[in-house]
Amino acid sequence: MDFSRRDTLGLALGAAALTVLPFRVNAAAEDRIAEFTGGADMGEGGLTLTAPEIAENGNTVPIEVSAPGATAILVLAMGNPTPGVAQFNFGPLAAAQSASTRIRLAGTQDVVAIAKMADGSFVKASSTVKVTIGGCGG
Amino acid sequence: MASGVKPRVKVPKSAAAGEAITIKTLISHAMESGQRKDKEGNVIPRSIINRFTCEFNGQSVIDITMEPAISTNPYFQFDATVPEAGEFVFTWYDDDGSVYNDNKSITIA
Amino acid sequence: MKVRAMTAIAALLAAPLAAVAGPDGDELVVNGEINMVTQTEAPAHLDGALPELYSGWRFRSDETQALQMDDFDNPAMVFVDQAQEAWDTADGTEGKSCASCHGDAAESMAGVRAVYPKWNEAAGEVRTLEAQVNDCRENRMGAKAWKYDGGDMAAMTALISVQSRGMPVNVAIDGPVQATWEMGKEIYYTRYGQLELSCANCHEDNYGNMIRADHLSQGQINGFPTYRLKNAKLNTAHARFKGCVRDTRAETFSPGSPEFVALELYVASRGNGLSVEGPSVRN
Repeated sequence: MDFSRRDTLGLALGAAALTVLPFRVNAAAEDRIAEFTGGADMGEGGLTLTAPEIAENGNTVPIEVSAPGATAILVLAMGNPTPGVAQFNFGPLAAAQSASTRIRLAGTQDVVAIAKMADGSFVKASSTVKVTIGGCGG
Repeated sequence: MASGVKPRVKVPKSAAAGEAITIKTLISHAMESGQRKDKEGNVIPRSIINRFTCEFNGQSVIDITMEPAISTNPYFQFDATVPEAGEFVFTWYDDDGSVYNDNKSITIA
Repeated sequence: MKVRAMTAIAALLAAPLAAVAGPDGDELVVNGEINMVTQTEAPAHLDGALPELYSGWRFRSDETQALQMDDFDNPAMVFVDQAQEAWDTADGTEGKSCASCHGDAAESMAGVRAVYPKWNEAAGEVRTLEAQVNDCRENRMGAKAWKYDGGDMAAMTALISVQSRGMPVNVAIDGPVQATWEMGKEIYYTRYGQLELSCANCHEDNYGNMIRADHLSQGQINGFPTYRLKNAKLNTAHARFKGCVRDTRAETFSPGSPEFVALELYVASRGNGLSVEGPSVRN
């Protein structure tokens, strides 16, 4: 297969867009994480993020977060135009530090949850969700 | 106020003192993300419910900050402790300043 | 050598298909109490066209299936609540509500969804549930007809459908409706559009296979109106027909048109024996 000048230019532009775009999106996500954690280190464990491996439709993807002893859990969709999803703040009458909801994912991407524990430490969990694009527009 | 907004809440009618119960909430709302365009190519402005709270007898159960990535007709499920008989108050805050409410009483069995 | 290579390639191609082919084996029980028939013997009139009937629910992912297993998790129910308010609210010049004549929907509408579309003797035509609702609105209530596939109508048919959940679909196909049923069958097997696809090409010949990332069902309508995750609202059967015909790159018939009424009767009859599931949840 021969590449014309135009094809090559197109590929180069595409590659450039690919490197630039995630950088910008991640910057927004990094800002949001920094705002939540104050830049503290994040550990692992004690936080469960449940999300489907494959979502039949990105419009309504069920997720659950659970972190016994947490005071708050932040959820981010790293590949969305704006990464914020929700922040769950648990009050004194929360029987469990867990919650379920349904979220929008613009495409296949990582969903990230960060829990703030009662002692002020932070833990992180992440899950990749593949979003399929249906065959029928109807 | 966005049109056709209607909350639904599911809470058991009674519980044992100190028991943990599961609460489910759903509210009909378009949750316009601000990312979509109309037929003329103009961006449809963001219009979402940005916060949901649940309190029991004045004490917080959960307080959720919501962003446009929450699906149309927002749904939440969570667990609450019921220390005594009383009333759950559910509140949804709309971008346009509207506030939607629902209350559910619970007795101690 | 060449043959072996071809076989290997065929096996590779078949492997991912086999993983998703056909309906799953899950059982649908709603609210832990309504047992839904999602798999049953095909009615005799299908003459072997389908070896067995499967509800579209059986072709969906576990996450989508779960949304229909509890009425609180089912987002369609918020529209049923809205329709209940409309049912009890007077509208139009006669000062009547649905309840004025029909009382409690839970009693008066039980079993109704299961037998529609059906023959209306006075009108001398096959009526869909939607047509009947609008007949009531215009001629008994003196109210404006609702848009055939609009939100108010979809919600009202959902409220009516809920009262028949778990009952077997049982539309009549003979007697006065036979000509309409034959017309629906003709449409079902006619190839439409630039892609030259009939309903049967996807939903009879290829159910269980993938069309791009969609898992094709038998195109049963026992779950309508259905809440789709795609557009997050209730969808009528005719709106779905329109979408399908459009996907063949054809000019579509209109919701409420004689063609779609006939097609609805025929497609409903292909599901005779499955449970009424509406309002269901699909992707």
